[in-house]
Amino acid sequence: MTGDRLNPPYGILLDRAKPVRFSFEGGNYSGFIGDTIASALAANDVWLISRSFKYHRPRGILSMTGDDGNCLVQIGPEPNVPADRRPISHGLRVTGQHYKGSLRRDRSKWIEWFARFLPVGFYYHAFFKPRGAWDFWEKRIRAAAGLGHIGQVARKNTFDKNYAFADVAVVGGGGAGVAAAIAAARAGGRVILIERQPLLGGSLNHARFDAAGRRGVETAKALAEEMEALDDKITVMSDAVCTGLFADNFLAVTSGERLTKLRAESVVLATGLIEQPAVFANNDLPGVMLGSAAQKLLWLYAVRPGRRAVVIASNSDGYGVALDLDDAGIAVEAVVDLRYTIAGDSLIREALDRGIRIIHGYAIERAVPNTGGSHVAGLDLRLRPGQDSGPPETRRLDCDLICVSIGWAPAAALVAQAGGEVVYDDTRSAFKIAAAPDGIVTAGAVRGEWDLDAAIADGRRAGKHAMAGGHKDSAVEDPAVTPESNPWPIFDSDKGKAFIDFDEDLTPQDIEHSVAEGFDDIELVKRYSTVGMGPSQGRYSATNAVRLTRILTNEPLSGAKGWTNRPPTVPEKFGLLAGRRFEPRRLTPMHHHHEAAGAGMMVAGDWLRPVCYGADENAAVQQEVTAVRQNVGMIDVSTLGGLDIRGPDAAEFLNRMYTSAYSTQPVGRGRYALMCDVSGTIIDDGVACRFADDHFYVTTTTGGSDTVFRSMLWWNAQWRLDIDTTNVTGAFASVNIAGPRSRDLLAPLCPDIDLSPEAFPYMAVRQGDVANIPARILRVGFVGELGYEIHVPAGCGAALWERLTVAGHSFEMRPFGVEAQRVLRLEKGHIIVGQDTDGLTHPDEACMTWAISKRKPFFVGGRAVEMHRRRGVARILVGFTLPAATQILPEECHLVVRGQEIIGRVTSIARSITLGHPIGLAYVAPDQAEPGVEFTIKGPGGRLIRATVSALPFYDPQNRRQSA
Amino acid sequence: MKILHCPLNGPRNIQEFVYGGEVASMPDQDAGSDSEWTDYVFLEDNRAGLVREWWLHVASGYWFIAERDTSSDKVLRTYPPDQPFAGGGPARKS
Repeated sequence: MTGDRLNPPYGILLDRAKPVRFSFEGGNYSGFIGDTIASALAANDVWLISRSFKYHRPRGILSMTGDDGNCLVQIGPEPNVPADRRPISHGLRVTGQHYKGSLRRDRSKWIEWFARFLPVGFYYHAFFKPRGAWDFWEKRIRAAAGLGHIGQVARKNTFDKNYAFADVAVVGGGGAGVAAAIAAARAGGRVILIERQPLLGGSLNHARFDAAGRRGVETAKALAEEMEALDDKITVMSDAVCTGLFADNFLAVTSGERLTKLRAESVVLATGLIEQPAVFANNDLPGVMLGSAAQKLLWLYAVRPGRRAVVIASNSDGYGVALDLDDAGIAVEAVVDLRYTIAGDSLIREALDRGIRIIHGYAIERAVPNTGGSHVAGLDLRLRPGQDSGPPETRRLDCDLICVSIGWAPAAALVAQAGGEVVYDDTRSAFKIAAAPDGIVTAGAVRGEWDLDAAIADGRRAGKHAMAGGHKDSAVEDPAVTPESNPWPIFDSDKGKAFIDFDEDLTPQDIEHSVAEGFDDIELVKRYSTVGMGPSQGRYSATNAVRLTRILTNEPLSGAKGWTNRPPTVPEKFGLLAGRRFEPRRLTPMHHHHEAAGAGMMVAGDWLRPVCYGADENAAVQQEVTAVRQNVGMIDVSTLGGLDIRGPDAAEFLNRMYTSAYSTQPVGRGRYALMCDVSGTIIDDGVACRFADDHFYVTTTTGGSDTVFRSMLWWNAQWRLDIDTTNVTGAFASVNIAGPRSRDLLAPLCPDIDLSPEAFPYMAVRQGDVANIPARILRVGFVGELGYEIHVPAGCGAALWERLTVAGHSFEMRPFGVEAQRVLRLEKGHIIVGQDTDGLTHPDEACMTWAISKRKPFFVGGRAVEMHRRRGVARILVGFTLPAATQILPEECHLVVRGQEIIGRVTSIARSITLGHPIGLAYVAPDQAEPGVEFTIKGPGGRLIRATVSALPFYDPQNRRQSA
Repeated sequence: MKILHCPLNGPRNIQEFVYGGEVASMPDQDAGSDSEWTDYVFLEDNRAGLVREWWLHVASGYWFIAERDTSSDKVLRTYPPDQPFAGGGPARKS
């Protein structure tokens, strides 16, 4: 047992007053609020946490950052939870993942015996023969691959979004970040400081900067006092991580179930360093961890990381680790220093003073596993060539903890994502940030400032620089003291597997094989070997992978780039991106009346429209159609677009936008308005109503109002005609009263308007009061009956509907919905743009040639329409009928075929009660476009259906009823 | 997310805007060959470098022109269409 926890001041994240019981793999354990799963397990002497992806090797704590893939666990339906990041809570039930049987006795670990048949990229070379080999193996490989299980039952979570703004956003709450925030706030800025841990301080909370081990705590305390004075100017977001840095300093910050979208004028990145592992045989055993991980276990969680330790060091940080272990009462067997020359400093001198044994001149042979192979039991060393004879060739050091302190990589992901330059620097033996983009300032250790005082000062400089705009400043000096890293911490051995990427179980041999296969660039090596594609995304493997690749390809190390870095920096749940689902809907002013009347609603663009009024759709539609044909019906058409065009050039403008001629259109008349684009394709239609010489009111389709409006604004930005266009779609509510008795119903409601056929003919437009509501009235014939479309201010829409309903009682008027209207207009052969026309339909194909004015010099699309005419049509839209007894109807988009050729398709189809047989519209070949010609439709199930071309309109061919 | 400077409304998030294609002058509809007209309708310059393009601020219905370097995706300036189209464009006759 590692025994009880260390006493304070160790364990700064723990709330020792709040003990917690949780379970892991069925065993019950206790910890404290503030513990992570991994720290609490370590306190209970449980070190085996996961099984590796490919070889099912035992794994445990490596970094204590939450960013490696060595301690992923499953919590209920949630897979791949980093145990070294997720806090424990009372009753939490945690299991391991990716094993057969138990975590301890994973039956899948036999796969490692077959390692030599599973080299990098083996799946690109195998399973081609014999036939069926892939089908056999695919199932097994898929079952074996992946980590964890996704719960199939969606849970209700409340993910929320938040918006924030700052003058300076500081990412990283360590020494340099806090200093930057203070400096920026003192310069007058609103600052938001983002820190992953629950506490500010970063490495100040666990690293050892001096022999006495006090500077971290003291510096943190001093900075905290400075911050308190600036309380209202600095907002601290703790337990928060910046997952992406997007254009113009737009940051995504996630914290629990909240995503904050943060816009900052300037950004300071003080994200610090990532300690790097060494590559030696069995470097993945539980008990082999980074030096900083051991220090975090001690200082943040009061947990002894082992009983007997060896420190592998290539810098003085390793000596800091050794001193921390010694202070905590852990036996330090030795510090194995890998450096060829060691410069003395205060930490090394303190270690020597305490009698800690320092071994140098040796290379790492392997970590020795215990009997069960589940934990480290020792470290084997071998003498370097060229050493004096005398020291033994090999040495074994007994230990249950190996701390690795061989180097550092900058946490530069955000800089790279934002377009900064990160390249390998031979003199530092590490990546460095060569250039940060404008508006982004790097500070502290991430920039290479190693000395604590220099890093804090650098933070202050960065804060001021950010407040001044954060522009690229070539005057910033390179750091005097940079972190020390081993240039080649890779030790070949045939005594076990040495891992260069723990997530993917990759060894240096796998990188060699990739290069040997011709993948000679790090981007290719990455994709072929999958190095860096696991949960740690190269944080612990990129540096060595780049070094190895460059050496193997005889390229210089200096200037080498890593692979492209993309957001998110840490895994992000889809729920965070989705937030609360929010789907806006537009309702007409009469919406509540439709619902009260029992209408089923349908989505039409942004709007909700009534389908029909009644539960039995077929019956309701039939009754509504019949009511309109024989009596009178009312439909809410508020969703249709409406545009007011005013000004001396209004008619000229319409001449150019639409295909017909409008200059000579009399005041008080409406005219069909067909719109094409520059390629001659029909894009919208409506009615243009002239209420004055300089005032047209133009309607559009429901879905087209925005597009038509934008198009009008765009064209007039260039033509600069003297007009003003206003989109009044939402300002008007409108209703269509249609049927032979519509005039009788309306007349009493319009005392000031003469509705007689002579005074108010077909296609006329009038303004006046309807039921005491000011209205624009259009006599249009979409459904082919006498009818009036009444447009009133939207605020009066409900009142209009109510008053018409009351007036309609004595006429037995029925409301009718979209479905009935579609049948009615189909009976008249009227097209619906977007249904009967597609992205290529030009006017000649849709029999709209009549709508093209021949007298005006220009309209949008005119040239293309004329080109189409010269080329001739390839298909024509015609009406067709089917025999009355037809049982199974073809559907819209079913193909019109001739032999093996596709000629066209059905665009509209319905059973017409009025006519007693099915009718429709379809594209057919030009030689089929005569009434009486039969053609073939490939219907449901592939059955061939004969249809007969019919003249249009089907109903009331003389148009007598709509012109009544 | 990018910020675009609308000449009318000032700097706004790019989500408030809609792209409207390259600024190109429409050839005379009556003159020119069919293939010239087809090129105008379907082809864009697709240049790596400075382009002039249309942008619409949706909420205010305001069209303007942006000069953008497509290699760096930096918008160099934005301005109203008044000046370039002071003459009313080629389709002035009626």
